[in-house]
Amino acid sequence: MEVGLHSPWEKLIRPGMVHGSLYSDATIFKEELEKIWFKTWVYVGHDSEVPNLNDFVTKSIGPMPVLMVRNQHGEINLLLNRCPHRGNAVCVQDKGNRKSFTCPYHSWTFANDGKLMNYAFPEGYAGTDKSGLGLAKVPRVASYRGFVFASMAQDGPSLEEHLGGARRTLDQACENSPTGELDLSAGFLRHRARANWKFILENECDGYHPAFVHSSIFSVADSAIGSLYGNDAVAVTRGFGNGHTEVDPRPEFRRRDQPMSWFGTTAEKLPEYTAQMKSAYGDKRARQIMIDGMPHVMIFPNLFIAEIQIFVIQPVSAVESIQHVTAIQFKDSPEINRRLRQQTMGSVGPAGFLLADDTEMYERNQRGLEIRSPEYLYLKRGEHRERRDDDGFVVGHSTDDLPSREIWKHYRTLMEAC
Amino acid sequence: MDAETSERPAQDILKQWSGRDLSYADKVDADLHHRVSQFLYREAHLQDTHEYDAWEALWTDDAVYWVPANGADTDPEREMSLIYDNRSRIALRVRQLKTGRRHSQTPPSQLARIIGNIELLQSEGEDIGVACNSQIFETNLRGDTMWAARCCYRLRRQNGMLKMAFKKVVLVNNNKPIYTISFLI
Ligand code: FES
Ligand SMILES: [Fe+2]
Repeated sequence: MEVGLHSPWEKLIRPGMVHGSLYSDATIFKEELEKIWFKTWVYVGHDSEVPNLNDFVTKSIGPMPVLMVRNQHGEINLLLNRCPHRGNAVCVQDKGNRKSFTCPYHSWTFANDGKLMNYAFPEGYAGTDKSGLGLAKVPRVASYRGFVFASMAQDGPSLEEHLGGARRTLDQACENSPTGELDLSAGFLRHRARANWKFILENECDGYHPAFVHSSIFSVADSAIGSLYGNDAVAVTRGFGNGHTEVDPRPEFRRRDQPMSWFGTTAEKLPEYTAQMKSAYGDKRARQIMIDGMPHVMIFPNLFIAEIQIFVIQPVSAVESIQHVTAIQFKDSPEINRRLRQQTMGSVGPAGFLLADDTEMYERNQRGLEIRSPEYLYLKRGEHRERRDDDGFVVGHSTDDLPSREIWKHYRTLMEAC
Repeated sequence: MDAETSERPAQDILKQWSGRDLSYADKVDADLHHRVSQFLYREAHLQDTHEYDAWEALWTDDAVYWVPANGADTDPEREMSLIYDNRSRIALRVRQLKTGRRHSQTPPSQLARIIGNIELLQSEGEDIGVACNSQIFETNLRGDTMWAARCCYRLRRQNGMLKMAFKKVVLVNNNKPIYTISFLI
């Protein structure tokens, strides 16, 4: 370590420069699990995935699977799928509806709040206190507007503190639904990438790449997004603090002043949805919401709302990740929901017009790091034109590296903490 | 354990994983089986060699190309699929590949696929139902990948030729995270 540096992280993460080993070193990955994935707030799932009492679905925290369960009292619990007896899985289904889980190995049975209800041939456990032998539960679970987050740490900042200014983007997403509620129940596509999770994280609000990585689809299909990321774009990137970043295209859409332009269509083509919005919010407010459209926000470390999709980024190892993606639908708005699903299926997932090529880039980046020099990645684009907006958040041009710099600043804080 | 807490019946789980029961033809018309096989081999080599226009020409105007996710028996009008293309989206897929800037296919995957277990299904109206398996070896910049799928087709006679009105590709690992699949499956 160089003299005068306070931590190894200071050497690896410099202003606008990050060391390649951060994306490939297995020891760093292990440390990330302890200091990020199994400590801070991470996104797990959505209310609408477990609509009924006793519904469950398998989700994850970092590489680890968790059962997201709506228990018999309607509360959401996150249970760890490891039998306290000898470690077997108490559930191997991806989703379903169960009041209890029975381990197949020796038949211990657990209620869907995790409590051990009974075991086979109980005489052998005479005098044992069952209360300490339930399924482990994730210590902190909290939700915001239906988005369920978890923290494996007993204490720490609240979810609201963690989300901070980025809460606005979740509110914005919900407002696009006439009922104020989103529906994320269409099932996930799971796209594997042989790349570190942070390449995915940093790409989500990278407005520099679309003109090049997606030129094949922009050149053959009309796209509402191509013009957001040109040199002359008025869309901005923003850092909310805590590693949360967004591309905010509202300046561009407000300039166009056309409801539903953000979705590449018009209000007239969606008469039912437009009527629902007007009756829910009044003509004026509905018009503004429909001009502004959905957010494009990356909630650190793993929830990406890409206008009409959500992506959940899952790290598997230093060099392997999974992108879970599904369509965002608006509760009880079938007319627009069909288009939301169709457009999602075209764009994302392993065969998507967009994401196949983004993922190709992640994998090429990853292989590039096996080459020894230069040791650092260069993230200084737009450093000279960062400014503060009225809320005090840092903003830049839509094609600047500002989101990456914001992410690394927060990352360093987390990794330096004991 | 009460009924609600027990596992679902075995036949449900089997159906979820193996798909709707297919109705195989009672009697196999050897000539038709031969013609259908030749058609499937031709489609396979057009895909393997990236003959995009010739492959696109195999589809009827009302075609549906479906690659489900998370099982064989999902509802594509409600649930996410890997591909759920109507005819115009098939054309878009081909146009994107032909730009030469579809990065995940530049350079293109090197492919060799084997089509087997070709069986005729009971006819649905004019169309010919076919089931087969396909195993595809892919190598690209990332490395080597094996793909395996059970496929279903509805083929239609048009001007003395066979065309695809419907093709469904059930990847056997479609419930797991899978790598990019941007070649024609
Ligand atoms: S391992 Fe679960 S009951 Fe024995
Ligand atoms: Fe992209």
